Amino acid sequence: MDLSSISPALVVASLMVASTPLLLAALGELVVEKAGVLNLGVEGMMITGAICGFAIAVETGSPPLGFLAAMAGGAALSMVFAVLTLVLLANQVATGLALTLFGLGLSSMLGQGYVGIKPPATARLDLGPLSDLPFLGRAVFSHDWMVYVSLGLTVAIWYVLTRTRAGLTLRAVGENHDAAHALGLKVVAIRFAAIGFGGAMAGLGGAYLSLVRVPQWTEGMTAGAGWIALAIVVFASWRADRVLLGAYLFGGVTVLQLNLQAAGSALPVEYLSMSPYVITILVLVIMSARRSRATAAPASLGKPFHATA
Amino acid sequence: MTLLEKRPQPSRAWAWATPLLAVALTLVAGGLMFAALGTDPIAAIRTIFYDPLFNPLFAGYSRPQLLVKAAPLILIATGLALGFRAGIWNIGAEGQYIIGALCGAGAGLALYPLDLRLIFPLMVVAGAAGGWAWAMIPAILRTRFNTNEILTSLLLVYVAENLLASMAVGALRNPDGGGFPGSRNLSQWGSSRNVELIPDTGLHWGVVAAMIAVILAYVLLQRHLMGHHIRLAGQAPRAARFAGVNPSRLIVFCLGLSGALAGLAGIFEATGPAGQITINFNVGYGFTAIIVAFLGRLHPVGIVLAGLLMALTYIGGELASFTLGIPAAAIQAFQGMLLFFLLAVDVLTNYRIRTWKGASA
Repeated sequence: MDLSSISPALVVASLMVASTPLLLAALGELVVEKAGVLNLGVEGMMITGAICGFAIAVETGSPPLGFLAAMAGGAALSMVFAVLTLVLLANQVATGLALTLFGLGLSSMLGQGYVGIKPPATARLDLGPLSDLPFLGRAVFSHDWMVYVSLGLTVAIWYVLTRTRAGLTLRAVGENHDAAHALGLKVVAIRFAAIGFGGAMAGLGGAYLSLVRVPQWTEGMTAGAGWIALAIVVFASWRADRVLLGAYLFGGVTVLQLNLQAAGSALPVEYLSMSPYVITILVLVIMSARRSRATAAPASLGKPFHATA
Repeated sequence: MTLLEKRPQPSRAWAWATPLLAVALTLVAGGLMFAALGTDPIAAIRTIFYDPLFNPLFAGYSRPQLLVKAAPLILIATGLALGFRAGIWNIGAEGQYIIGALCGAGAGLALYPLDLRLIFPLMVVAGAAGGWAWAMIPAILRTRFNTNEILTSLLLVYVAENLLASMAVGALRNPDGGGFPGSRNLSQWGSSRNVELIPDTGLHWGVVAAMIAVILAYVLLQRHLMGHHIRLAGQAPRAARFAGVNPSRLIVFCLGLSGALAGLAGIFEATGPAGQITINFNVGYGFTAIIVAFLGRLHPVGIVLAGLLMALTYIGGELASFTLGIPAAAIQAFQGMLLFFLLAVDVLTNYRIRTWKGASA
């Protein structure tokens, strides 16, 4: 194995790119779960966003329009989830699974004519002299603008959740929906908004995969990224700053194993490919063993809300 | 205004009617989807649901396929439904199906080319054990470390898929296959063949196993203490705790059983319809079985009907993509839609719709 072929600056750079879809999707799911809703359909919304964004970007030649379309696609699919779970009081676990199964089918249907096409390139953000810094320039300051948008969103979501009245309202709904309802908060409306936001973020993450990270459309290309995003939220103990840490950690594992594959590691390719999933499981185990889940998870997470009065 | 009012007891009539209503709604929505794809919706629906069974041109091939495709779905869904009833979410049946096939095939191929009657039963046992062991991972992680079984069981599917790829090009590869990936053909080796018991019916040992599993699951749920515990834990977890139900034992039992059944489905598939272990051996039965379990209302008898219906959509979908050019993925979307409608109309089972006009509630 030849490790000298691995350039540290390139590893950090590809780590940031690999982590961005996970970060976007996990941030969205964080907001949804903070509102007390468990949406297991992240994978389905991500892949729907991936094809919506890809198709629109190819048709219009504009990646920003593609990202917008991906948000719309993910949000539209999440609205199906919202109507089913909030209005028709369906089981959240089952509905989330349905969303993933449906999204996978829908996306490969929509993507029929888009296999093997190259999407228009997403513009690099010009950071002036920063990009010329010796190591950091190549590793951190020469990415496309979505990477910095995702970092900005992390800060914004952290701020809104912990420092604003809106965040307090959202958390109140997630911690105890009956008490929030008694206080006059519109539980269902707030959850609708949170679910829609989560869907848009998952769609954005999916589009980042198909437009920047890969960049191509293939069936089932999310390959479990949505599930890893769900695991990152647990890993992060439902905190935005730790979501960032988690996403970059998992992105790092992915990049590391890809680099080991390229460097001709003695381990067979298949075992390297499964390592991100195995490590996700191990991290989940460590996190859930260390403390009781009840202390960190929103108290109303996954429970149906039916206002009787 | 319209308001939902919880029924004191779930409505029995609606419990039976909702799956039918959901199928009807899916047909309408699916027809619209096919129309949007530029296909005549009536022709599409007829090709999917009527032609495989009754069109003399296709029925000869399609009818036996019904049992071939329904058997793994029913086998897996029966196990999953027990867990779902107790609130234990094994959604990694696809992985347990793969590992079952790998373990079973491995056990058989280790004895190649012996000519022994015992090899096939041995492979079946190894397949069930493999699926059981793979499901034990999320079960033990849940009972020992309180790790969410939904995420672990699902993530293990990706691990299993990579193991499958590694085995198909490595340990299980056919040494006489000229370097191509894939194992020896198990359906052509006398000792491992999963024979069609009645010619031209598709009735193989997997179908027999599915029937036995359905009957045993029915007896378990209706007559056995464990079945009572499963239903109690799902409907009233706190009451179950007071009644002495051990949640850990329930998790180990439900995950283990559903894993073993998924493993069985895997090895019957590998020795029969699929014939060998290849990189793309798994075709999503483990995920479709989730829809089957819900469509069958988590009831063994319902699951049989739902499994047959879902098998029909697979066969009809293939036919429709062959004759009408409907993309194969449309069927997957169609199946997902069915689950949506099912969950949506289920509200009628548990709630009554009250309407007030003008007057204050």
